[in-house]
Amino acid sequence: MKYSIFSLARAAFSGHKNWQRTWRDASPKARYDVVIIGGGGHGLATAWFLASEYGIRNVAVLEKGWIGSGNAGRNTTIIRSNYGLPGNTGFYELSMKLWERMEQDLNYNTMVSQRGVINLYHSDAQRDAYARRGNTMRINGIDAELLDLAAVRKMMPFLNFDNARFPVQGGLLQRRGGTARHDAVVWGYAHAASALGVDIIQNCEVTGFVRDANGKVTGVETSRGKIGAGKVGMAVAGSSSRVAAMAGLRLPIESHVLQAFVSEAIKPLIPNVMTFGAGHFYVSQSDKGGLVFGGDIDGYNSYAQRGNMPVMEDVCEGGMALMPMIGRVRLLRQWGGIMDMSMDGSPIIDKTPVDGLYLNAGWCYGGFKATPGSGLVFAHLLARDEPHQEAARFRLDRFRRGAMIDEKGVGAQPNLH
Amino acid sequence: MRIVCPFCGERELGEFTCLGDAKPVRPAAGASEDEVFDYVYLRDNIAGEMSEHWYHGGGCRAWLKITRNTLTHEICSVEPAAGAGARQAAR
Repeated sequence: MKYSIFSLARAAFSGHKNWQRTWRDASPKARYDVVIIGGGGHGLATAWFLASEYGIRNVAVLEKGWIGSGNAGRNTTIIRSNYGLPGNTGFYELSMKLWERMEQDLNYNTMVSQRGVINLYHSDAQRDAYARRGNTMRINGIDAELLDLAAVRKMMPFLNFDNARFPVQGGLLQRRGGTARHDAVVWGYAHAASALGVDIIQNCEVTGFVRDANGKVTGVETSRGKIGAGKVGMAVAGSSSRVAAMAGLRLPIESHVLQAFVSEAIKPLIPNVMTFGAGHFYVSQSDKGGLVFGGDIDGYNSYAQRGNMPVMEDVCEGGMALMPMIGRVRLLRQWGGIMDMSMDGSPIIDKTPVDGLYLNAGWCYGGFKATPGSGLVFAHLLARDEPHQEAARFRLDRFRRGAMIDEKGVGAQPNLH
Repeated sequence: MRIVCPFCGERELGEFTCLGDAKPVRPAAGASEDEVFDYVYLRDNIAGEMSEHWYHGGGCRAWLKITRNTLTHEICSVEPAAGAGARQAAR
């Protein structure tokens, strides 16, 4: 199925009754060259890049529930590449460039909207830190603009500029940042990967690894039987520790719950994605009109996919401090997703000490924006057995070597990242 | 979640801060690099009942040892952490 203006017109003339399924719901074969565990954005993107860039098409993506039912469907859909540390800067810009061509690559409308991401600053010290980050970005060829108060006032006249405690002084703007439709990203990768022969297998929970006499992983045990594999890649952020434990591995990761919120639909208000720098609150507005927002993780280990009231209160306080007029908007929904919080706040994409098993984990609360980049570099690792140059620092052994990539500088305390 | 502090009684979650897994124990000064690495960076990340250290910063400021289920958030037991306060709570 190729989507175009012509296919849309054809379907319109037949009353939109003849649309075909966009991807194939496969049953497991006995063996694949590569088995990816996890049918979220990262797993499906990996499969697509394996098939399209690296010519490996005998690939299966195994998903415990339905594709996109985990964090791929629970995030706040923000894309950006405004990172400051070597390792992150190049990787997230690689991902940003892939977002910019994703719809053409996949022949699927993922609703990528480069509406801009602005981080507001509220003190001289914060301005200096943002100026430094913006300079770092520009040195690396990434767009960044430091806006003063007048420019922010012009762009977002509805903010509370009279907040005496946390006055808005300006912001760091990345115009190429924005949002994308999270579910469409999942379906788009499924659509394109399936067309190249990738088997997407749902309701297929991995229950163990098959190992040979030397300990090499040669397949997986699943709820739908044993599946042989030349290589197995894990892309199960949130549950990485649980799956890795089946192979006897302990990871530098804790699972934490992050909540997100959406309000009832209102008329267009927020032109971009913006973050409140004096608390933790970030917000954008969906095309349906709802304000989509979030803040900090709850701070305790959790696999429960739901959070608690104190963080909800804290997030709403941040919103009220920034734009008091949203106080009369009703909250429509709130939910939680389970984050792989790594020990330095950055991801891990590497071989594991277990032969044949590859790891894509530790995305903390920032995995969505990384989806295409993560897929490309993980596919590279699986195909070539060596890290992609933009992921060369995301190694599993970096903690032992002291080569942390700690954007926030808080050390090995995952609930503070 | 509401937590029954052994010193203050039942209080809301916002008064408490979670440090994390109570199982890792700081290795002795002469410990090997492997032991220190394990202590600082590796976690069991248990899905199920887990013993944790929490701090009651919005109340008595005592450190507590809480056993909690990470799949359901159900709290099974709360006791004062080893050291300060434990003896007083036992009275």
